[in-house]
Amino acid sequence: MVLALLLSPALLWLLALIILPHIELALLSLRERIAPRTYAASLAQYRTFFAEPLYWGVFVRTALMSALATALTLLVAFPVAWVIAKVARGRASSLLFVLCLIPFWVSETVRALGWLILLRESGVLPTLLVRLGLTAQPVELLYHDATILVGLVYTSLLFMVVPLVSSLESLDNSLIEAAYNLGGSGASILRQIVIPHAAPGITSGCIVVFMLTLGNYLTPNLLGGKNSQWFTELIYTQFIVRFNWEQGAAFGFLLLGLSTAMVALGLRLSGQRFVDVMRRA
Amino acid sequence: MSTADLSVEQLDKRFADHVAVDRLSFAVERGSFFSILGPSGCGKTTLLRMIAGFTVPDSGDIRIGDRSMRAVAPNRRPVNMVFQHLALFPMMSVGDNVGFGLARRGVGKVERARRAAAMLERVGLAGAAHKRCDELSGGQRQRVAIARSLVLEPTLLLLDEPLGALDLKLREHMKLELKQLQAAFGTTFVYITHDQSEALVLSDRVAVMNHGRFEQVGTPQQLYYQPETPFVAGFVGANNRIDGRATSVDTELVELVTPQGWTVRARRSGPIAPGDAVAAFVRPEVASIERDAGQLPPQMTCYAGEVQSLLFDGANSAVLVVERQTRFEFRVALPQTGRLADLAPGARVLFGFDPQRAICFSTAAGAAGPTSAASADSANA
Repeated sequence: MVLALLLSPALLWLLALIILPHIELALLSLRERIAPRTYAASLAQYRTFFAEPLYWGVFVRTALMSALATALTLLVAFPVAWVIAKVARGRASSLLFVLCLIPFWVSETVRALGWLILLRESGVLPTLLVRLGLTAQPVELLYHDATILVGLVYTSLLFMVVPLVSSLESLDNSLIEAAYNLGGSGASILRQIVIPHAAPGITSGCIVVFMLTLGNYLTPNLLGGKNSQWFTELIYTQFIVRFNWEQGAAFGFLLLGLSTAMVALGLRLSGQRFVDVMRRA
Repeated sequence: MSTADLSVEQLDKRFADHVAVDRLSFAVERGSFFSILGPSGCGKTTLLRMIAGFTVPDSGDIRIGDRSMRAVAPNRRPVNMVFQHLALFPMMSVGDNVGFGLARRGVGKVERARRAAAMLERVGLAGAAHKRCDELSGGQRQRVAIARSLVLEPTLLLLDEPLGALDLKLREHMKLELKQLQAAFGTTFVYITHDQSEALVLSDRVAVMNHGRFEQVGTPQQLYYQPETPFVAGFVGANNRIDGRATSVDTELVELVTPQGWTVRARRSGPIAPGDAVAAFVRPEVASIERDAGQLPPQMTCYAGEVQSLLFDGANSAVLVVERQTRFEFRVALPQTGRLADLAPGARVLFGFDPQRAICFSTAAGAAGPTSAASADSANA
């Protein structure tokens, strides 16, 4: 009884804001407008998706770019997490953690606009490149895939660093010393001791970052402009511009299916169980 | 020097606020079991970590198998270490733990498995190669940690209080096993511990370490029967410590009087002049206790005492008596026959000891190092 009371806000939230809308969206996605205000059950929305190369092209691109962004985030976050968990001591370690957190005090929109100021053709960085004589003309640094990736990695970093720090902190230093003592090199210790130990943290960080990236709308849209071709933009267009809620709902479910499938694949590849991984996150 | 597997020369390590290892020199003979015994914070762990290469000395040299280790990285030293909490790799099977070092040396998979299995058999864990580390008992894990090191045939095996985490019964058992393993493999063991019983039982030679220096290096018997400093006398085995001032000194014996006025005599160790601050040490088993005068051996000086409490501990039973006039607390071992086991607190007794078997040191500043912290009865059994 007490348990039910304690859980009730979360359960209400889950039911009212997640489960009910999704049931509604599922029903929406499975119908077709055959005449004004007349609808029939149909798989037409899903058929359109597969029939139109632009749609599934953007879908695949979004998945690959998200996977790439996740991998890059892991590469950038791992050394940072290592320093916070194993190298820095006490106050220095907390300070580094706060430094990772500080960008998140600013709203994501403002941060992305900050990137615009830095990278646009008349912005800070292209001007600097001209001043340094590295480029003859100011170059447009926005609207490239690389720009989108940089923005996504920057936005996701903290969500990778946190689970990595907690899993690296629990690694007993004497295991690393023992491995050195037995003749291990830096690379073999990383591969055989550190990564297996941190695997749940790595997996949970990757899952969170991948989901956030896949569902991100703002960063790809602002930094990639019309070239970004992010799947969330297609959903937005269907709902808001085309007013085609049925198509938008189907896209939403395809995205949900994609993220579920990718997470399952990631868990399978790393040999982790979802429950263990989420406990670490 | 050719028979020394480890020789340490003028090794020095200072941290910001204290000296961890203070210009230390010593050598460990090939194939011997060498223990470094000392209280926590005496610098023994720092010393071991310098030998293993995890800590860089400020100055001095460490030679292993006659090769200077000054520029040798920890993963290139012919030294393996058994860690305090063993540090077995939980992500690997027992066999992979034992094979880890071999793999790093480029030994092939089949050969690796064969050697790991053979080594596991030698430590009495035949067929355990496929088990996970957490499926083993404490003692078995201990043996895996040793097998993992010895399979690499190191010149030197370092052991960092590996028995500390075990319960008493298992610790006693593993002591025996360690000694047998060392005898069977003939590898030089350097063992650090704060437990004097481990050091005495296991070692060929023991160094007693305090404040970054060795107070005394010798066989367990030498440390026990011929301590050279008050610290060793107080730290190794149980001892009654009697502090006072020397009143008269002859070639053999010192007579001292405590601040409360109790006068005792003990054998002189080192130069002592009348008036010096001194400390006498009397082992509980050297002292005797009786109900009536005349039963004590004639060479003993007799004191009147009162039983304060009975400390029953099987073969190590003792009785705490207080000297009647000065209320000085004194520990006397009970005869193992159980003859005096019925003594009750408050009982009036006579006790005494042979001055020739008690030992007296000068504790004047600079004479014998810092000893003021030791208590009157530094029994640490």
